[in-house]
Amino acid sequence: MAAAACAADDRNPLAGDPKAAKAGEYEFRINCALCHGLGARGGGRGPDLTRAHKRHAHSDADMFQIISNGIPGTAMPANGTNAQGVGMTDDEIWELITYIRSVEVKAPLQPIGNAAHGKELFYGDANCSLCHMVNGKGGRLGPELTAVGGARTVEAIKESVRNPSRRLAWGLTEPSKEFAQQYETITVVTAEGKEIKGVALNEDHFTVQMMDTNEQIHLLEKDKLRSFKKSRESMMPKYDASVLSDKDLDDIVAYLLSIGAQ
Amino acid sequence: MRARVDGMHNRRSRGCCGEPSPRSRAKILQVLNFFCLALVLLGTVAVQSPAQVTFERLLNSAKEPQNWLTYSGDYAGRRFSPLDQVNTGNARTLVAKWVYQTAATGKLETTPLVVDGILYGTGQDDRAFALDARTGRPIWLYQRQLPNDIRPCCGRVNRGFAILGDKVFLGRLDAHVIALDAKTGSLIWDVAAFDYKLGYSFTAAPLAVKDLIVIGVSGGEYGIRGFIDAYDAATGARRWRFYTVPGPGEPGHETWEGDSWKIGGAPAWITGTYDAATNQLFWPTGNPSPSNRGEGRAGDNLYSNSLLALNANTGKLNWYFQYTKHDEHDWDATQVPVMMDIGGKHLIAQANRNGFFYVIDRSTGKLVLANAYGKITWSDSKDAEGRPVANKNASPTLEGHTVCPGAIGATNWMSPAFDPQTGLFYVTAREQCDTFSTAPQPYEAGHAYYGSAYFPSDEAEPYVGALRAIDPMSGKVKWEFPHVSPSWSGVLSTAGGLLFTGDAEGNFIALDARSGKALWHFQMGGEVYASPMAFAVDGKEYVAIAAGSALYAFGLP
Repeated sequence: MAAAACAADDRNPLAGDPKAAKAGEYEFRINCALCHGLGARGGGRGPDLTRAHKRHAHSDADMFQIISNGIPGTAMPANGTNAQGVGMTDDEIWELITYIRSVEVKAPLQPIGNAAHGKELFYGDANCSLCHMVNGKGGRLGPELTAVGGARTVEAIKESVRNPSRRLAWGLTEPSKEFAQQYETITVVTAEGKEIKGVALNEDHFTVQMMDTNEQIHLLEKDKLRSFKKSRESMMPKYDASVLSDKDLDDIVAYLLSIGAQ
Repeated sequence: MRARVDGMHNRRSRGCCGEPSPRSRAKILQVLNFFCLALVLLGTVAVQSPAQVTFERLLNSAKEPQNWLTYSGDYAGRRFSPLDQVNTGNARTLVAKWVYQTAATGKLETTPLVVDGILYGTGQDDRAFALDARTGRPIWLYQRQLPNDIRPCCGRVNRGFAILGDKVFLGRLDAHVIALDAKTGSLIWDVAAFDYKLGYSFTAAPLAVKDLIVIGVSGGEYGIRGFIDAYDAATGARRWRFYTVPGPGEPGHETWEGDSWKIGGAPAWITGTYDAATNQLFWPTGNPSPSNRGEGRAGDNLYSNSLLALNANTGKLNWYFQYTKHDEHDWDATQVPVMMDIGGKHLIAQANRNGFFYVIDRSTGKLVLANAYGKITWSDSKDAEGRPVANKNASPTLEGHTVCPGAIGATNWMSPAFDPQTGLFYVTAREQCDTFSTAPQPYEAGHAYYGSAYFPSDEAEPYVGALRAIDPMSGKVKWEFPHVSPSWSGVLSTAGGLLFTGDAEGNFIALDARSGKALWHFQMGGEVYASPMAFAVDGKEYVAIAAGSALYAFGLP
């Protein structure tokens, strides 16, 4: 009850308490690490929370709100509603926030590359925008990337450029299972003998919804197809160092970070 | 429809205007007399009041296939309906008959009961309802304001009622067991089993046996000391309690290090089965606490992850079989154990969360066979009695390493089915490996107590699922029906040669029980976290399942 009253006061009653931070670490491992990684250093789909700058939460009260209610339109669930972990009490949420604050890296983020050059590459020679959209400009076949800089670690972004299929293979639990199905490569042959290749938008046992490389949406019943093939090999080409240098990759990541932080 | 909401006010003080005066009471009696007379006159058209649900009716549930009287449909736990009006020949014509919306968020895990045309279901936050089973129209609703600080592990869920006499029985998230009047939803009795603030709760449907209401506790994530309770159906008085973690001086106590038994977990959060011939309850138990850390609780940790054979009258243990010793992967054995008699042998079978299908002689508790029905990496050998033994690489580490099956298991609490016509055992299986991590964690009363957790594995394949048909004689998988992603739906088999199951994409599916071929499906628009059941009213068969926040009933056009 005391904690709930403090929530209205916008203050963390446990701020800076090392014992609370330790208790919060247990809560973190149980409830948050699945996406945000051990040590809050970020995972395959949750941002690195050791960054002092957070996209959705500035104050402890913001963070309390987000942990309690989730973030609509993202994989971040409301407290107690994800398959992982348990529902936390108000006190436990404050402990968790105290823990996250205790592992934040206070030093300002070093710029990792030249964002302006990264933007040129993104819309130019690197061909990223043929399939990816940022701020309403670009293609639709791949994931929209406006927010990716705030939502993924630098390592995760780099890896998904160097080895795009690996990220597709990440196993995920139910609340975000659509993430696992999205962007799988689907190849079908229709009853008329037409081959269509594209990415899955959704799929169940009986139907598939997909987008082909011309951004046409196809709504198909599997039992009416001549063949149906699904692959975890991403349609995105592998950008190895001979295609995209480490420096250019840094610049593109710097561009995505600059956008994602906005 | 009547809404019953108790809790905030006790029943006596509900009326804001006080008790009726003697004069107005006389008037009320007059009016009531008039109505009674009217009811007598209208007797020919009034719906017949349901008869009492006696223990004999529960024992002989096969004689009234139109009703679904216990969580698993019969005492054997088969989830098999003898109804055959809907069958392999006409399943493709099934249509939705009605939908009942609970208007609540969270998982709807109920298996409803149906008795003489009335359906009794439970829902999120321990709401409960009785419906006209032909139309889905509510007859009464029950809900009580739960305390804000209840500690459910995995959602504010409930899996269903037990029924006996003229009462329905519910275990609540605040660790109370209650009895409601089956005709009105009024509270008859309410008993606190334990202090919910310490992490104790009820989610499983109770089982009515003789004059007892038997229920197992939930809370394996909070360092509880698990138990199975039996309450007097008439009064709510507790008749026995079996602690699933033995105390000092009791056999099995030596399998716990130091004081670890006090917070040893071993909940019992699924409904067991009952063998009238031997008057035994077969009840499975869950993980030892903390779930992901074995350090500090050296030993086998009896009776966690076990099947218990208990005397129904006394709760005394006759025998036990431990599926997973000293578990560090959260592999609760809380899967319905199914009794089957094959070749003169009295058997009990379970598809366990640890990935093995076990058949046990239920007369002796001795293992008959254990065979993997999915990918497992934790065991590569068996002991002299044929029990799978954990290998050295199975234990979690601080940074974690990959083990199959994952933390959710090769299956979970969703019900299996056994079809006496095909002789096959059907289970919803999951292929998922996880990275298991462990870290020291002090116990603190009422706080989640995992000893770390699990993560998606870098090495793992994408998660998929399947409905698998297992031959209980060999333990071999005969066929499977693949799910695009793992399903939390149980399986129903019917005498119509059909299986029914749901999937994570919201489909309800009818399959040929012999071949696994899909014959019909319906998109319900919500993920399934429940097991299907069947009933009949006015000679018409229905099949029902919960999906999203709603209960669906299907039938022939």
